[in-house]
Amino acid sequence: MTAKVEIVGVSKAYPGVRALDAVDFSVEAGEVHALMGENGAGKSTLIKVMTGALRADSGVIRLDGDEIKLDSPGAARAAGIGAVYQEVNLVPSMSVTKNLMLGRLPRRLGLVSWSRARDLARERLKRLGVDIDIERPLGSYSVAIQQLVAIARALDDDVRVLVLDEPTASLDAQEVQGLFDILRDLKQRGMAIVFISHFIDQVYQIADRITVLRNGRRVGVGTTMEMPSFKLVSLMIGHDLLVAEQKPPTFHLDPNAAPILIAKGVGRRRVMEPVDINLRAGEVVGLAGLLGSGRSETAKLLFGAIRADRGEIFVAGDSVGAASPAKSLRLGMTFCPEDRKSEGILSELTIRENIVLALQSRRGWLRPLSRREQDRLADEMIEALAIATSDAEKPVGQLSGGNQQKVILARSLVAGPRVLILDEPTRGIDVGAHAEIVNLIRKLCEQGLALLVVSSELDELVAVSHRIVVLRDRKQVAEIPGSDITRAKIIETIAGS
Amino acid sequence: MTKETLSAGLAERAPLVGVKALLRHRMIWPVLALALILIVDGVISPGFFRIRIVEGRLFGSLIDILYRAMPTATVALGMAVVISTKGIDLSVGSIIAICGAVIVWRIHAGDPHFVILLLALGTGLLCGLWNGMLVALLDIQPIIATLILMVSGRGIGLMINLIYGGTNPSFNSALLQGLSVGHISLIPTRLVVGAGIFLLLWLLTRRTAFGLFLESVGGNPAAARLAGVNTRLIIYSAYLISGICAAAAGVILTADTHTSDPVSEGLYIELDAILAVVIGGGSLSGGRVYLGGTLLGALVIQALTTSILSSGLPPEYNLVVKAVVVLIVLLLQSSNARTALVSAIARRKR
Amino acid sequence: MNEKYLPLGATIAVFLILFLTGGLLYNHFFSTLVLGDILADNAFVIIAAIGTTFVILSGGIDLSIGSMIGFVGVAMANLDVAGWHPLASGLAMIAFGAGFGALQGFIIDFCEIQPFIVTLAGLFLLRGACFMVNLDAVPLRHPFVSEFAAFAIPLPGEGFLASSALIMLASLLVAILIAHWTAFGANVYAIGGDRVSAALMGVPMRRTVVKIYALGGLYSALGGVVYALYTSSGYPLAGTGTELTAIASVVLGGTLLTGGVGFVAGTLFGGMILGLIATLINFNGSLNGAWIMISGGLLLFLFIVLQRFLVGSLKFGAAR
Repeated sequence: MTAKVEIVGVSKAYPGVRALDAVDFSVEAGEVHALMGENGAGKSTLIKVMTGALRADSGVIRLDGDEIKLDSPGAARAAGIGAVYQEVNLVPSMSVTKNLMLGRLPRRLGLVSWSRARDLARERLKRLGVDIDIERPLGSYSVAIQQLVAIARALDDDVRVLVLDEPTASLDAQEVQGLFDILRDLKQRGMAIVFISHFIDQVYQIADRITVLRNGRRVGVGTTMEMPSFKLVSLMIGHDLLVAEQKPPTFHLDPNAAPILIAKGVGRRRVMEPVDINLRAGEVVGLAGLLGSGRSETAKLLFGAIRADRGEIFVAGDSVGAASPAKSLRLGMTFCPEDRKSEGILSELTIRENIVLALQSRRGWLRPLSRREQDRLADEMIEALAIATSDAEKPVGQLSGGNQQKVILARSLVAGPRVLILDEPTRGIDVGAHAEIVNLIRKLCEQGLALLVVSSELDELVAVSHRIVVLRDRKQVAEIPGSDITRAKIIETIAGS
Repeated sequence: MTKETLSAGLAERAPLVGVKALLRHRMIWPVLALALILIVDGVISPGFFRIRIVEGRLFGSLIDILYRAMPTATVALGMAVVISTKGIDLSVGSIIAICGAVIVWRIHAGDPHFVILLLALGTGLLCGLWNGMLVALLDIQPIIATLILMVSGRGIGLMINLIYGGTNPSFNSALLQGLSVGHISLIPTRLVVGAGIFLLLWLLTRRTAFGLFLESVGGNPAAARLAGVNTRLIIYSAYLISGICAAAAGVILTADTHTSDPVSEGLYIELDAILAVVIGGGSLSGGRVYLGGTLLGALVIQALTTSILSSGLPPEYNLVVKAVVVLIVLLLQSSNARTALVSAIARRKR
Repeated sequence: MNEKYLPLGATIAVFLILFLTGGLLYNHFFSTLVLGDILADNAFVIIAAIGTTFVILSGGIDLSIGSMIGFVGVAMANLDVAGWHPLASGLAMIAFGAGFGALQGFIIDFCEIQPFIVTLAGLFLLRGACFMVNLDAVPLRHPFVSEFAAFAIPLPGEGFLASSALIMLASLLVAILIAHWTAFGANVYAIGGDRVSAALMGVPMRRTVVKIYALGGLYSALGGVVYALYTSSGYPLAGTGTELTAIASVVLGGTLLTGGVGFVAGTLFGGMILGLIATLINFNGSLNGAWIMISGGLLLFLFIVLQRFLVGSLKFGAAR
């Protein structure tokens, strides 16, 4: 049977990087085809070529056997290819109706017919089981709803191919299942679905076939049956994954030592109920909970990025008082934010400048680091974290997502902290680097650092935590001691009973 | 990325040398523009480059350009600092007007002239504080925040005049004259003042961490804050610097005219200053601060004006020529435009 | 839906409050006569500001407005001397305005240069062209001009809607139609709301940006035509500083300078507020021009702070 979409020999190069190298890819009607690979493997690039957001340097794209040119997002849509990108690319300030119907507004006597537009919009949303007030601005809804609106938009009447780039990244478990039900329904109706994800479990749940990219080349393709997870992972990272993650952590330091970070009743009205968290040197405390439980908010409250209106924070016995990021840094606490794009990287500045920024803030403006010192620190970190770059003077914006995450981590480490707060440290980081970071966290706590790790990946928490604090609905609900930490226990505690 | 891609990347990024490297550098365009204008000048007006020494000071068209460019250049330097924080200061012209009114007021009140100088700078500081408060504290967009002082500032200046000095009051001040038209050995005093301001700002941005903080705030204020940068203070400082620079220019301009004319003093100087920054390589969306480039940009703008005057073209042509040249420089700076031009030429050759 | 109309409501409320205050302070102030005068006097600025609203809604800015007004006046005066009927020269100028605006829009999009800078060059170019053509004012002598000035529709009370005001109101209606009942209008809001997303959603960026600035230029030129007919002369310094008044009108009307949020109708009221203030001060007699500037700045300040806190509470970000 002819493939619905067939991509043959597509290549795309940027200065210094070959993003795609003669890649073949095809997806058939009524199939969910997963596209997997590490960061920088070329997944997003391939998707962008398929949806007209990027033009390939060479190669052929065929739709139902006929060659087509996808010059723009409009052209792809006209060809029946609908796309939903990783960041919900809609306009939050506009109403849901406008977001859904932009570009295909129905007309009457030359002017837009809004009543008809609203009817069509409601219809589209109903197909996905969504019933909301479509006149409100899109931004007033949760990310999950926004994502469904994006999918509803992508599902034009004559869309036959749906491309989803990391659609579950911001969804909780329940919302993911809801999405998968919709996808299965679409599959049955003959839709060809391309699906990028790095959540291996989810891929095995929903995909029929898997294509693996590595370094811009296709290294494997086959049905889900033919590709057990071990083979999949080894294709993605090129060598056997040392299952270091499964070794339970041992606690080296004195459990009776005074905690280095004490947070007593710290909270903020309408953001987070008061929490009590202690960290001891050499300890890793995990922070678990569903999306919306307040994990990031708690991390930010401790760091001072969100100002608490209740409670106190002590670092090494000294009261922090009115917390602020600058103050926390000076006391030896650093923070790696979850959203690296909007809160982490300074994309125009060089890798070197990004790395030394926190340390420089700590020193103050009158004590600038010498250029030589900056170069030394940057080179050290590039090597220690295996940041894939040939040049520390490159603007950070040119690095792949995973490497950007590493730069932010480097920034925190260089500032010489006693306490390190990590919010989703492995988000968007490929499987290989994943293990590196887990090992790094272990090494840091052996060196006497105290770490608070917020993560939605339970395996990660199990692998590194000595204790796990569980949040639910903006409240601290439980703490799981080291001996009890298992995946099941965490899920159970989060769910509550 | 693995080692394979890494080495491939390394091979492709062979160090840029020669003409290609030069062309990539942002400052090449203002330098070229300035050189071109000066060359055209040299052709049109023989003796353009001649520098004479008369009565112990330097004279000549080149000196004239530097001399007249100083106020705009000073304002532009402050503007460059503000622009790098992704901000803008439209109120500099009005700040100049207010400073002028304050100067004349206090001279008539009999204050010692040196104190008046400090008062003028203090006025600029206050205005900068006001702008800074609106942007840093109240989180108002810079273009709108500084628009407030831009709209009302000249009115404030007029008000000060009315209350204390009458319409367009004039004055005499040896100190201010000295600053504006005097000279230290051969060099006009104002150039020394200008160079001093440039030096101070250069030291501040390149020899302390202030420059890094400035550029980080302009790049991503949320990220900068999380990295421990006191973004509020940095933004305040930027507008303070702009205010003081405007005040300095105001002192010179007021001394030039011997009067306070709030309606027209420093009119449109903010536009010239912004142009100078952009020609010098700065971007309105924040980022790097190019102090040297900004100076060059101010010189380009002044050189244009001087060239038109000395060429015999009626002064009405000034604005049009300025607009055209600025557009050309901007088009050349834009890579899209360059590529289009190159391919158009290539097509023509075939 | 109520929330998004709040800024517009605030603008209208401020206008009414100011108008009422004037009525309390001075006799005969709260009348259709004064209202009609404000509309007629400020029609040209408001027309230009309406066009600018589209530009600002898309996240851009246009500084060449005032210079366009001056240039159009000067051009019309010279065409009048050459024997053209003002309607013909007016139409020609409107076409020129659209074309000039389109060119600015093209440069902005293709060369990826900031709108502030490109329209700044436009400001210099047009103003310079004014000076090159004429250094003094040139009167328009065609009999149509006096017919235009004399034409007015009487309002209940003693007021009139002069022809300039009528044109302004008509252009406002057209603008409202374009903004809220065309695909183009929806695209403008999209680009202003989130440029990257708009592109990915398939909005034809280049075409739309060019159209936006063309529309702005068209309205600026129309404002210039109205001004020339209203003052029956072409004055090279006409419109100086008008871009500021226009932008202030748009902001006072509730449109965010960042784009994506706002209403064209708000600009009408924003412009009228500014006109009202000037009238109030003139009525007083003892206050001088300095007060207009200061009060303008003060009002802008109050409005912006108000807008800031209003928008702050209308959070667009999703909860996590």
